Amino acid sequence: MTRFTRRGLLGTGAAAGVLAATGLPVRAQPKRGGRLRMGLNGANTSDSWDGRTHSDIFMSSAASGCVFDTLTVVAADGSLQGELSESWEASSDAKTWTFNLRQGVTFHNGKGFGADDVIESLKMHVGEGVKSAAKPIVESIAEMNKMTDHQVQFVLDEGNADFPYLLADYHLLMYPAGQIDEAIAKGIGTGLYRVQSFDPGVRFVGTRVDSHYKDGEFGWFDEVEIIAVNDITARMNALLTGQVDVINDIDFKTESLLSANPNTEIFEVTGNQQFTFPMLTDVAPFDDNNVRMAIKHAVNRQEMVDKILLGHGSVGNDSPIGPANQYYFANMEQHSYDPEKAKWYLKQSGMDSLSVDLSVSNAAFTGATDAAQLYQASAKGAGITINLVQEPADGYWSNVWLKKPWCACYWSGRATEDLMFSTAYATGAPWNDTHFENERFMELLVQGRTTFDPDKRRDIYYEMQQIVHDEGGAVIPMFANFVGAKSSKVTNSGTIGNVYKVDNARVAERWWMA
Amino acid sequence: MHPVLKIVIQRLLLGLLTLLVVSIVIFLAVNALPGDFAQAILGQSATPEAVAAIRRDLGLDQPAVTRYFSWLADMLTGDLGVSFAQANFASFVGTSAESGSGPVTVLQQITPRFQNTMFLAGVTAIIAVPVSLTLGILAALYRNSAFDRGVNIFALSSVSSPEFFLAYILILFLAVLNPVLPSLSNIFSDMGLGERLRATLLPALTLTLVVTAQMMRMTRAAIINLLASPYIEMARLKGISPTRVIVTHALPNALAPIITVIALNLAYLITGVVVVEVVFVYPGIGQLFVDSVKIRDIPVVQACCLIFASAYILLNLLADVLSILSNPRLRHPK
Repeated sequence: MTRFTRRGLLGTGAAAGVLAATGLPVRAQPKRGGRLRMGLNGANTSDSWDGRTHSDIFMSSAASGCVFDTLTVVAADGSLQGELSESWEASSDAKTWTFNLRQGVTFHNGKGFGADDVIESLKMHVGEGVKSAAKPIVESIAEMNKMTDHQVQFVLDEGNADFPYLLADYHLLMYPAGQIDEAIAKGIGTGLYRVQSFDPGVRFVGTRVDSHYKDGEFGWFDEVEIIAVNDITARMNALLTGQVDVINDIDFKTESLLSANPNTEIFEVTGNQQFTFPMLTDVAPFDDNNVRMAIKHAVNRQEMVDKILLGHGSVGNDSPIGPANQYYFANMEQHSYDPEKAKWYLKQSGMDSLSVDLSVSNAAFTGATDAAQLYQASAKGAGITINLVQEPADGYWSNVWLKKPWCACYWSGRATEDLMFSTAYATGAPWNDTHFENERFMELLVQGRTTFDPDKRRDIYYEMQQIVHDEGGAVIPMFANFVGAKSSKVTNSGTIGNVYKVDNARVAERWWMA
Repeated sequence: MHPVLKIVIQRLLLGLLTLLVVSIVIFLAVNALPGDFAQAILGQSATPEAVAAIRRDLGLDQPAVTRYFSWLADMLTGDLGVSFAQANFASFVGTSAESGSGPVTVLQQITPRFQNTMFLAGVTAIIAVPVSLTLGILAALYRNSAFDRGVNIFALSSVSSPEFFLAYILILFLAVLNPVLPSLSNIFSDMGLGERLRATLLPALTLTLVVTAQMMRMTRAAIINLLASPYIEMARLKGISPTRVIVTHALPNALAPIITVIALNLAYLITGVVVVEVVFVYPGIGQLFVDSVKIRDIPVVQACCLIFASAYILLNLLADVLSILSNPRLRHPK
């Protein structure tokens, strides 16, 4: 889908010339002031300021986006920047990392930020019975040593060249040491906005702190209000009637209302969010790679992007590494719908036709059932009969995913190649949803962790993507865009982060009133 | 003992018995839901160990009968329990909430939402009840006239349309085309009454459209029914004006069915407005209920069900008592 964005416009020299000739400012200077109002979904009555429990855009926007900071941050352009840490360096085996913390930072209650806060905030995520989404990251740290008040050393179990990227995870918020319980109850962080009021599942209001280390760079609003609007139609109404300035996840069926309205516009970026159909590679008939390849060639990917995502996405290539990753192999040979090739692969495995069950529910992703029906129709042309097994949405993740030989699934992607592969493709990983095992792949995985040279890393991760593409068990037909909409009252630099929804949940930090 | 008082006490006791039966039904229904809190909250990360750990923490591994009686016992002492969802960060995650305010109880969670719901129901009732009574009386007075037909068609078509459709029509006319009212009912505690009324008006108007038809038509039917009675004919023969015939002669005798219908509709306003709440993002108890069902937060679901059941029982009781009081024959039985 072609769409004129500010970014696209700037990218073409002619358009830039026109802009220059008309004397329009190419990029407005940010200015302080105003109240940002966002209508976001994903709010729950169970929400709290505990970063370990955050799982959706509402709380990550309020916590990592307003009230709290992390040690590092992925900037809108995808580069890694320091947030509460100023710089870091690693030993040559990538096992020992030293982080220099920012000095003179204070929490909203006046306490100064230092090494103790880092150590205690990270330790929250590990321990007996602790349930944190970031547990694997912190568990990989064998030792945390306070070198000075503003320097921390991490010794990892195994080398990991991506370690600073992992610390940008939105769960790894920094709390004041010794006051963590209170900070969780009240929302005391080092972020740009202090909590004015918070009603779980309903509303958050934050006020800009008077002086902040990001002054002049980020944090342009005087106040931020985030309203929980879980219903998609209500969200679009709220934007159209001017009651909020930014919303996430729009309804594609009625998006024309937003684009037709001169006061609203859609913004979207392609990130790593992917909709997948994982096959268990150790269960017949999927244990035969020819069968897997036949199935991979029996899906019309572009049709799925057009009909399920209504154009708001791009075709996948059976590799989980997406455009938001550093070493995305964009030029890998594209798997496409090819019934003849599929039949050829079937013949290689000694079959003329194939009949398989596909377990689906819309719990896997919005439109999963429809996507499976499209799959069923296109596979028929390749001599593959897909029997759709409608599964209940309740308990889908415990009873179907990882259990049924072939089902529907989604992944929001991971910040680094290593993390994505380690989580979902490494031998023995609990979430290896294809039971994929490959010796060369594992060798490269370990090698990649201790390699710093960007060229060598590129070679490693390209090869890994190729292996998964050629032999893996996951059919990844599409990558879904992060789509949101905004009113003309607010604006941004034109670069929108693609790691997570609505500018990596950092609208309150990066945007300003137009 | 006064017969009315006796009836009230009888009905209250019966109500309690009904509640007990309802509590069993609720408990069985909630238990019949597929999946449980542990699976719902963990989602994709529901490994068998994590699920078992949460179940153990919450006592979900106990047999159903044990859980029912411990819930009932707590309920009798007025303890609605601690919501699983809020207990989440206090106990599952390894920190105690000692220095904080402690885990939020179901009561604390429900109270503000229930107040919002009652506010919305109240505003709706204040608009809907007088409007439907007046329209009903006028329709009876001018029955079969163009006015009567018009009112009936309007009321019937609004009650036949789904609530969300009415809501969107109102949003279209009152928020999008003529931006006079907000489409988001963003209600919070430190809000002035005027502001709150403004934010509540659109959902209240939607609900008014939904409940008016039944009350209006019941008023009309009850009055018309009486207009055929000999005593009304007598009043007419005496030369009393039609308005007076209806308001002072027919209406008092038509009150009983009208009151019953009003009570039913009020109960609906408290328990059944979740669709309207979702459309307007009104933080009422209906949304809390649906959110809680979604994540299988059983203590909240059960407490909400009990509140809904109590609202129905109490309002019906009230309607019965008022019907008796409005009828001298029942008020003074021979």
